[in-house]
Amino acid sequence: MSGASPAEYISHHIQNLTYGEHQDGTWGFAHTAQEAAQMGFVAINVDTMFWSLFTGILFCCLFRVAAANASIGNPSKWQLCVELVVEMVWGSVKDAFTGKNAIIAPLSLTIFVWIFLMNLMDLVPVDFIPYATQLAGLSHMKMVPTTDVNATFGMSLSIFALMIYYGIKMKGIGGFAAELAFHPFGKAFLPVNLILESVSMIAKPLSLSLRLFGNMFAGELVFVLIAALVPFYLQFILAVPWAIFHILVITLQAYIFMMLTIVYLGQAHEVHH
Amino acid sequence: MESILAFSALGAGIMIGLGALGAGVGIGILGSKFLEGAARQPELVPMLQARMFLMLGLTDAVPIIAIAFAALLMFANPFTAQLAALLG
Repeated sequence: MSGASPAEYISHHIQNLTYGEHQDGTWGFAHTAQEAAQMGFVAINVDTMFWSLFTGILFCCLFRVAAANASIGNPSKWQLCVELVVEMVWGSVKDAFTGKNAIIAPLSLTIFVWIFLMNLMDLVPVDFIPYATQLAGLSHMKMVPTTDVNATFGMSLSIFALMIYYGIKMKGIGGFAAELAFHPFGKAFLPVNLILESVSMIAKPLSLSLRLFGNMFAGELVFVLIAALVPFYLQFILAVPWAIFHILVITLQAYIFMMLTIVYLGQAHEVHH
Repeated sequence: MESILAFSALGAGIMIGLGALGAGVGIGILGSKFLEGAARQPELVPMLQARMFLMLGLTDAVPIIAIAFAALLMFANPFTAQLAALLG
């Protein structure tokens, strides 16, 4: 992207590689943000899909290696590292989740490690892989799946579906409806209760996904800004401290997403009298 | 056109400034209470620390989201594109 103005460079770097139907009826990649917007709902962000699947498969392979080679007498360094993560997640689940459900701990582990790996793509230099794929003919490439609002909403809506599923399974459809209708003020104020509870219910997946997206998008944008506005021989002075600070942010956001998932699913399992 | 740019710039400044103000006060209180608790009962530090970081992330998220949208207003303003589409 040499020769482009900073504004062009930045808006180029915050656009996904979108595949969908063009205005004239042909299928292909969108070349501008306007074309991507005109594709509407039937369009797919290929780079988000690729990098999220890539990190997901990476997670499965890495942890599978540790599980397959596990030994009690002579543990490898990688096995100890995996055990550390598993024990941390297991401890958080035991602290925060009071119900009985075998799926919560594996789900939390998957969420934590997967989001961490997706966020970790943020630390790859902004033009490293996008430049290579541009030479290969792809116009855009956004490497961090969690800077795409579609990916974070996909995850938080899955959690939302699990919340409703376990809410109905544990309390029955009547108990679930009663919690929505009678909860803060008693039966006399049914419409008020319904509005309050629905708002707080919808706010959960919304805040979950927007928090992750906002943090990652802001972090990525700062890297892109540094790359766009600072001459190349000075970039490391700003980019390195921000990258070091960002290691804290990406771990914290993965941890918070996992922790809130546990808490929300724990609320869904709680039976009130 | 000019007033859209001016108001966008003002909006971005207010978003960053007020977000930073609120989060600064909030995180300051959070840290001071954590230190108080740690001084009073040092054996609770690991538990308190985990919860402090959880709350830190929750508090931190709001200004960072504001910064992201402010940066969007500054560098890839959607309103100018809307105006261009409106004027045809």
